[in-house]
Amino acid sequence: MTHFIDRRLNPKGRSTGNRRRFIGRIKAHVREAVDASVRKRGITDMEAGTEVSVPRDSLSEPSFRHASKGGLREGVLPGNRNFRAGDEIERPPPGGGGAGRKGAPDGEGEDDFVFALSRDEFLDIFFENLELPDLIKRSLAGSSVARPRRAGLSVTGSPANLNVGRTMRRAMGRRIALRRPSDAKLDDMRERLFALEAVFEPDAAQRAEMARLQGEIEAATAHRRRVPYLDPLDLRYSHFEPQPEPRAQAVMFCLMDVSASMGAREKDLAKRFFVLLHLFLTRRYDTVDLVFIRHTHLASEVDEQTFFHSRESGGTMVSTALAEMHRVQSERYPASEWNIYAAQASDGDNYQGDSRDCQIWLESELLKICQHFAYVEIIGEAEARILRDAARGTELWMAYREVAERWPNFAMRRVAGAGDIYPVFRDLFARRSEAAHG
Amino acid sequence: MAELLFDGPDWNFDTLRRTTEAIEKVAREDLGLDTYPNQIEIISTEQMLDAYSSTGMPLMYRHWSFGKQFIHHERLYSKGVQGLAYEIVINSDPCICYCLEENTMPMQALVIAHAAFGHNHFFKSNHLFRQWTDPRGILDYLDYARNFLGQCEERHGPAQVERTLDAAHALMSASVFRHRRPAQPSLRAEAQRAEKRIEDDERAAHYLWSRIEAEHRSQDHEGEAAARRHALGLPEENLIYFLERHSPVLDPWQRQVLRIVRNIAQYFYPQRQTQVMNEGCACFVHFHILNRLHEQGRISDGAMLEILHSHSGVLFQPGYDHPGYSGINPYALGFAMMRDVQRICEAPTQEDRDWFPAIAGSRDWRGVLKDAWANYRDESFIQQFLSPKVMRDLRLFGLRDAETEETMRVTAIHDEGGYHAVRDTLARSYDLSSRAPDIEVLDADLAGDRILRLRHTLRNEVPLEPREREATLACLRDLWGYDVEIEEASS
Repeated sequence: MTHFIDRRLNPKGRSTGNRRRFIGRIKAHVREAVDASVRKRGITDMEAGTEVSVPRDSLSEPSFRHASKGGLREGVLPGNRNFRAGDEIERPPPGGGGAGRKGAPDGEGEDDFVFALSRDEFLDIFFENLELPDLIKRSLAGSSVARPRRAGLSVTGSPANLNVGRTMRRAMGRRIALRRPSDAKLDDMRERLFALEAVFEPDAAQRAEMARLQGEIEAATAHRRRVPYLDPLDLRYSHFEPQPEPRAQAVMFCLMDVSASMGAREKDLAKRFFVLLHLFLTRRYDTVDLVFIRHTHLASEVDEQTFFHSRESGGTMVSTALAEMHRVQSERYPASEWNIYAAQASDGDNYQGDSRDCQIWLESELLKICQHFAYVEIIGEAEARILRDAARGTELWMAYREVAERWPNFAMRRVAGAGDIYPVFRDLFARRSEAAHG
Repeated sequence: MAELLFDGPDWNFDTLRRTTEAIEKVAREDLGLDTYPNQIEIISTEQMLDAYSSTGMPLMYRHWSFGKQFIHHERLYSKGVQGLAYEIVINSDPCICYCLEENTMPMQALVIAHAAFGHNHFFKSNHLFRQWTDPRGILDYLDYARNFLGQCEERHGPAQVERTLDAAHALMSASVFRHRRPAQPSLRAEAQRAEKRIEDDERAAHYLWSRIEAEHRSQDHEGEAAARRHALGLPEENLIYFLERHSPVLDPWQRQVLRIVRNIAQYFYPQRQTQVMNEGCACFVHFHILNRLHEQGRISDGAMLEILHSHSGVLFQPGYDHPGYSGINPYALGFAMMRDVQRICEAPTQEDRDWFPAIAGSRDWRGVLKDAWANYRDESFIQQFLSPKVMRDLRLFGLRDAETEETMRVTAIHDEGGYHAVRDTLARSYDLSSRAPDIEVLDADLAGDRILRLRHTLRNEVPLEPREREATLACLRDLWGYDVEIEEASS
């Protein structure tokens, strides 16, 4: 009558679909939380989940319910100690854990609904308005890069991995060892028997031979049945083991103009730009060092906190940052040992005449050693409408354009919103996915 | 001395099977229980959380509110605020009973006796479940519902489906037939009937037009309104049922979605009316069976202590002024009442003879309880069987909280003058029709202004929660397509 089923090994996560719908429902709040934590967090710890807090109101499931006040209520309560019939009792203060008042039916109070977003969900939403192609999203979100490597043979595996050569070789060895009569031999005997049977009146010798042949053919067939052509024992599968891709070390230089014209919005966009490059690099390299260089008319290496949050006043000389990068690189990150990436963000202002120096720095020193140098010019949305034409722009923009034409590892882009950031890395990602296929 | 069924906290499928057989023997031969065949499934904590979030059912259509439930429970569980249920049991045939893998063997024995025999017997014998649910078809129906909603999402977009479901969920509690059987109780022929329904709906659209013409000719407004209400089957207590049949704006698939939600609400309706009895029955059964096995020497003293420890934890009834108080514990009340019925049958006092002349001293407590389990619901069970002794033990007192008075008043306590009043008040508070708001569809002039008129009949002048009311009305407007009004009437 009773039947036991062990369900423990059944697939888990039956409610992921519901969870996805839930997150979709509160998308606005989730995005807010993600944006806030992008602002708050360092570039390197972008990969954890985050806590999302949602006001109860936006999640209410209304229904016709009795109000908690008003009208006449009668009820029975347990645990009487000293009441007598007819006693009058003060009402408990509202909100206190007074007698007789239940909480909400589902046991939830009035606080915000708080839950944790997993790393994948976090990245999903972070990527959302960056407009990354799906392939890139997948390769960035994948937690480690592993590639199947050949690792000998195994006796089990999926049919797709059947190693036909090995299997047939083993089958042949077994057939020879067990003396399985070959097709040709059997055919010979059958032909001979057929010829004998065609004789009109066989003599005694022929009859004897026929009987012998029949016996032999039967024995051979039985033997063949016992020793099959291909036995499950022979099967060999190519075995693959996932092996992490060899990674190396990379250093990423973040260069940013911190003069007064860079406001919170500009810095926020710049941060997203840096985060994206960093995510890409951590996928590809074991260790990624970060160097933050900020500049006004002077450049200096700083820590991340200072880089994003403190303000400097002064003019703007971009070439100082490039010089500082070159200094740091030649002191600590020799190009022979490190893959060098640079990301520069600025609003395009530069001291007159300095752009020429930048061009020289880039072309004579930096671009020779950089894997990739990405430059974004952060502009206002109003400006974006005017500055459609890439051939026009500030002096710095024009100088960099010339560089971009000559150097394939230099990419530049005007950025007015988060969606504009990705294209500056397009080459980088494109090259990588080609390499992954090749 | 009989052999122990199990020893120590660890379990395996052998000990489970052996124990279940022993429990079943007591259940059948001693208590004479009649159960559906059991299907006991061992699940992990994560799967238990999954089951929590789909209202305890093994499968359910997808909706964000279940995701919310899951996240809520998962958070409480992982922070250690809330433990998980030891079991979940489903009113189906065979009766599915989920047991948590982390339970120790004594706990598994408790859970199996409790759910797989106690609840199971109650589901099979209680008249409400027999009359209103279809345990053989429910899983097929849920499977059908899930697939149907999945197809709807593909065809009409998840946003559309979500909107319809949100609105339907808001009306769910006001969408059960309380007094008559559902029009078509068989749930299994659902798929075949879907097509027929589309035809019917087309016909309904035709009658809309014929109505408009009729209005020009007729002058007799009163008579016509009555005829119209009659044609619509008004007044109607089941809101979704009315919308499903008469809403002028819904697509056929939306009507089908409403029907699914309504059927599920109806399926759970008996459970809402029999909480005390259902849990009381299960607790009584596990208590009796495990004690019997212990007497026979098949459960060790240590295991029995562990069982009694969780038994008394579940049955704890904090007083009204205890910080952990959250209403009367249905387990405690049901168990206390059923144990008392047993006592009254076996060793009655003079008081019991006065109160329960029919059963006092009859010694046939098995028959009395089985009759109660089969033919009562919470309200009538309390009305019939709540004894003065239980009232004294739980120290029950009646409290009256009227808006018009300055203070609350103790109406009656557990004394000679108060027993009847306490019993009546308690029974009334378990009457679902007084706990849930009484809302019905009054009128809808499809040929005229198309305003859907509802009436909320106030009981004891208790109003509706105003914010919830507005939000729910918005959902209703969504499904009706035109304005919706609600009036309040005193009973």
